[in-house]
Amino acid sequence: MIEVKNIYKGFNGVEILKDVSAVFENGKTSLIIGQSGSGKTVFLKCLLGLFETEKGIISFDGRNYADLGIKVRRKLREEIGMVFQGSALYDSLTVEENVMFPIKMFKNRTQKEMLLRVNEVLERVNLENSNKKYPSELSGGMKKRVAIARAIVLNPKYLFCDEPNSGLDPQTSTLIDNLIHEITVENNITTIINSHDMNSVMEIGEKIILLKNGYKAWDGTKDEVFYTDNEAVTSFVYSSNLFKKVREVYTGNIKL
Amino acid sequence: MNYIEHTGKYFVMLKQIFKKPQKWIIFKESLFREMEDIGINSIGITAFISFFVGGVVVIQMALNLENPFIPRYLIGYATRMSLVLEFSPTLMSIILAGKVGSYITSSIGTMRVTEQIDALEVMGVNSLNYLVLPKIIASVIFYPLLVTLGIFLGIYGGMVAGVLTDLISMPDYITGLRTDLDPFHFTYSMIKTVVFAFVIATIPAYHGYYVQGGSLEVGRAGTKAVVWTSVVIIVLNYFLTQMLLS
Repeated sequence: MIEVKNIYKGFNGVEILKDVSAVFENGKTSLIIGQSGSGKTVFLKCLLGLFETEKGIISFDGRNYADLGIKVRRKLREEIGMVFQGSALYDSLTVEENVMFPIKMFKNRTQKEMLLRVNEVLERVNLENSNKKYPSELSGGMKKRVAIARAIVLNPKYLFCDEPNSGLDPQTSTLIDNLIHEITVENNITTIINSHDMNSVMEIGEKIILLKNGYKAWDGTKDEVFYTDNEAVTSFVYSSNLFKKVREVYTGNIKL
Repeated sequence: MNYIEHTGKYFVMLKQIFKKPQKWIIFKESLFREMEDIGINSIGITAFISFFVGGVVVIQMALNLENPFIPRYLIGYATRMSLVLEFSPTLMSIILAGKVGSYITSSIGTMRVTEQIDALEVMGVNSLNYLVLPKIIASVIFYPLLVTLGIFLGIYGGMVAGVLTDLISMPDYITGLRTDLDPFHFTYSMIKTVVFAFVIATIPAYHGYYVQGGSLEVGRAGTKAVVWTSVVIIVLNYFLTQMLLS
């Protein structure tokens, strides 16, 4: 479980995150949604420890990140998997080497054992025959799947995804969303996804947090999205006509 | 950001780099890869430039030393001195700063803007140590070899040019090469090379690692890195020469 209490973060005197608090539970997929510039990525990077917060507490299963020394922080980071928006695969390494990298770096395994684990996770993300390919030879969806494989290869306790389906077609997006959700449930991981894709919210969002101008404007479940009158939610979610219709159908105002 | 701040940040970066590698096997693999990229791939350009510059030095010397009271063997002597003391360690380092420096800045800078460095940090990898230390070690090991190769090929190029153009005879040239041979000149040359190798690996790494923005900024950082590396080499060359030879 990850607990965030009253965090603040700013750059050059401009406050990006203001008093944000949230709880992310194990085995659940939580989504951070909001417009571009609402502070989603900064929030995620604060959770990852890539940005130091100015105020507030971030704790991982009771371990306050700010109180941990550098070595313990590094150890904690071994429990974290991250899927970056642009996949962030190492260009000079093959798919197999990319996925193997965390095991090679942090575990003492034989080549055979490492390969076995790599093949296992690649199979899990449906990429069995791409071991020797380089990232430049992969499609966007395949890169995302390799990034997911690399993120889960060490059996992380916490999985972070920054817009995992940006730039993907709807079919592949759904596939990636479902894959992340299945992995979360299978391994009882705490998963946090940054997204502005409402399809993802509807597919896999068990807990949703809406950020607006750096504040937490709303949180709830995907069902609650349809019933809330929160202005921030309605202006963000129902800016699309499709979702206006979905809401009407969902709440019973229209029958198909 | 002012120069003092950059200098401070550069030394803080060095402190992060010089830590024990997290996994020796990964460090070894990176080191061999860097030796190939930084060292072996620079042999061709070093050999080519050194050979022709050696030839040009001999032709220039021969054409400018027409006084019959000046012995011809001085052409060989002057060629050796200019190649050992200046051309191979300093000029070659500036050329390598262009070739290798831009490679280092662009490779690390691209990793920064495509979040590959963030990916390393999130995993708990000391990204500076992982990315830059192998480059420094590879440079410090390989550049003295490249400079030695440059000296020999320069001298050989000079001999070929001098003899083929009939400006100097082979015995005169060889006599000149052997005149007043001071082994410390080679030591001086190697000391300079090691210092310059360190500069060539670290300044471009600094510019690449702290780049912000996109591909345009990576390109700009590459240019800045080459300029600053060359400036630092020239300044250090002055102080090292003053300290070691005076």
